[in-house]
Amino acid sequence: MEVILAILIGVLYAAGIYMILRRSLVKLILGIIILGNGANLLIFLLGRIVKGSPPIIPGDSEVFESIYADPVPQALILTAIVISFGLQSFAIILIKRAYKVVKTDDLDEMNAIDKDS
Amino acid sequence: MTQQIVLYPLLLQLLLSIVLMFCWRKISWQRVISIVGGVINIAVSAWLFYHIWENGTQIVQAGNWKAPFGIIFVGDTLSATLVLLTALSGVAVSTFSSASVVAARLKFGYFPIFHFLLLGLNGAFLTGDIFNLYVWFEIIIISSFVLITLGGEKAQLEGAVKYFTLNILASMIFLTAIAVLYGLTGSLNMADLSMKVAAIENRGLVEITAILFLIAFGIKAAVFPLYFWLPDSYHTPPSAVSAIFGGLLTKVGVYALIRVFTLIFVGDLFLQNILLAMAVLTLISGGLGALVQNNLRKVFSYLIICHIGYMIAGLGLFTKLAISGTIFYLIHDIIVKTNLFMVSGLAYRIRGTNSMRALGGLYAEYPKISLLIAIPLFSLVGIPPLSGFWPKLSLISAGFTAERWWVVGAIVFASLITLIIIAKVWAAIVWKDKTDFPKRLNFRYFAKLKLVRKTQMIAPVVFLSLVSLYIGFGAEHIQQVSVRVANELMDNQQYIDAVYNNNPKLNR
Repeated sequence: MEVILAILIGVLYAAGIYMILRRSLVKLILGIIILGNGANLLIFLLGRIVKGSPPIIPGDSEVFESIYADPVPQALILTAIVISFGLQSFAIILIKRAYKVVKTDDLDEMNAIDKDS
Repeated sequence: MTQQIVLYPLLLQLLLSIVLMFCWRKISWQRVISIVGGVINIAVSAWLFYHIWENGTQIVQAGNWKAPFGIIFVGDTLSATLVLLTALSGVAVSTFSSASVVAARLKFGYFPIFHFLLLGLNGAFLTGDIFNLYVWFEIIIISSFVLITLGGEKAQLEGAVKYFTLNILASMIFLTAIAVLYGLTGSLNMADLSMKVAAIENRGLVEITAILFLIAFGIKAAVFPLYFWLPDSYHTPPSAVSAIFGGLLTKVGVYALIRVFTLIFVGDLFLQNILLAMAVLTLISGGLGALVQNNLRKVFSYLIICHIGYMIAGLGLFTKLAISGTIFYLIHDIIVKTNLFMVSGLAYRIRGTNSMRALGGLYAEYPKISLLIAIPLFSLVGIPPLSGFWPKLSLISAGFTAERWWVVGAIVFASLITLIIIAKVWAAIVWKDKTDFPKRLNFRYFAKLKLVRKTQMIAPVVFLSLVSLYIGFGAEHIQQVSVRVANELMDNQQYIDAVYNNNPKLNR
């Protein structure tokens, strides 16, 4: 399981960065989304995957008796997902506005601000 | 009363943003609330600073979860100083924006977002949890995205696309770094991380994690190979927005670098050499970049990059003297850079352009304003006894002690280039004859503004210039603060002890 996840995360990172390096604005957003998913999965993987042992202390005990799944990474992922959701929706509106105003979706042609003013 | 004092600046900003949102359509109310709130914020931050100065590091544990389990807020001297500086720049910029930002922009929630940005900045300075730091960074960048795009001009949107992409990329790298660090240590509390990272035997893995943090914060702080988004975006929004960005946003990156590399990843020669190399290249490339620009705000943008190099150099040298120089420079730089962008806004309002070729004749027309803007400009160069001089003294002498001649060389070179650039700027906008730049129709020139608006534009520049003069002439006090911060940073056991043992709620 870990190996499969590790490969998947690698592919997601590679694909995300490749998409960000493309010139199209839409691909840029897709790249950011894919990269974000890769990062979330990485947190999940690095929190160690433990199967079928929820972090619940039995009623007759004071401490954990066996190995338990760490709940913290899941809280982190949840936070990160919500944040990236907000950012991505902002990004989509931004590229729509930018496309309407600049009238191109090619990043190489967005060079008006490089000219001397 | 003082148990949760660390949270007060945060709560005040949150309250202000919420109140401002209820006054959505009432621009004149918003102006008043923002300025009055800013003044209250200075009082609260000064109180926090005084309390921490007298009683040492203060902490607040969310939900009373004992460290290292809960989210923790830690106010040490560095955090308190930065919160105070944020408050000072914040009130200056909200006064400046109430006159210089047009009402059409203010109507779309400029002030609430502005106070959310300050909330994010205060949060980032005060948190003691690395994931919480990530969340504050996100609050900062979301607010800054809105501020940079507000108005929706072509140049703004182009700049925003670049600003947005690189900042999101930095956040993703930061998140990756946190994931790897959590995998290594199983902790997020910075004091706990400090101990656990020191105990890891696989130093290669620790170095790679540190490099990930370095890249993430390096993009935010705009250091050498990672700064290209900054000069492309900082000159596009209204100058009030540039002022708060230039003064504080890059400095959050510097703050995070200082925190992470003095608390978690300490004493690694390889990392220090990388930091030094980055600092030297930042100093040189930022300076050379500023030399060839013609737009006033682009010149200042490159100067931001150039001067980040000083702080990184101090961090790379990693001696008490060098760190105190870094802190002093940070204090000086926040005030002076905020002020410079407001000066550029003033020049824009007077002539209707920011191009240095078209500006000119300021001294003939407004001799008092010319004299006023001389203070931030020459403080930046560091002509003694103005404020930029003292930290450079510490940094250069630390460089000599460490026998890093190339660092000393780069610092001197960057100072020289800054001097040349400021002389050029001064000659172009103040001494040169008035150019025949055509008058713009429907532009609200400075001369046509009402007296109250003129005051609102001049007063913050005067205020921050006075602060700069105080930093220069009262250098002894600032040096005391810097040395104390440097002592705290170099001896990170103090921070760890404060987090673990100083629990005001439980002790009483």
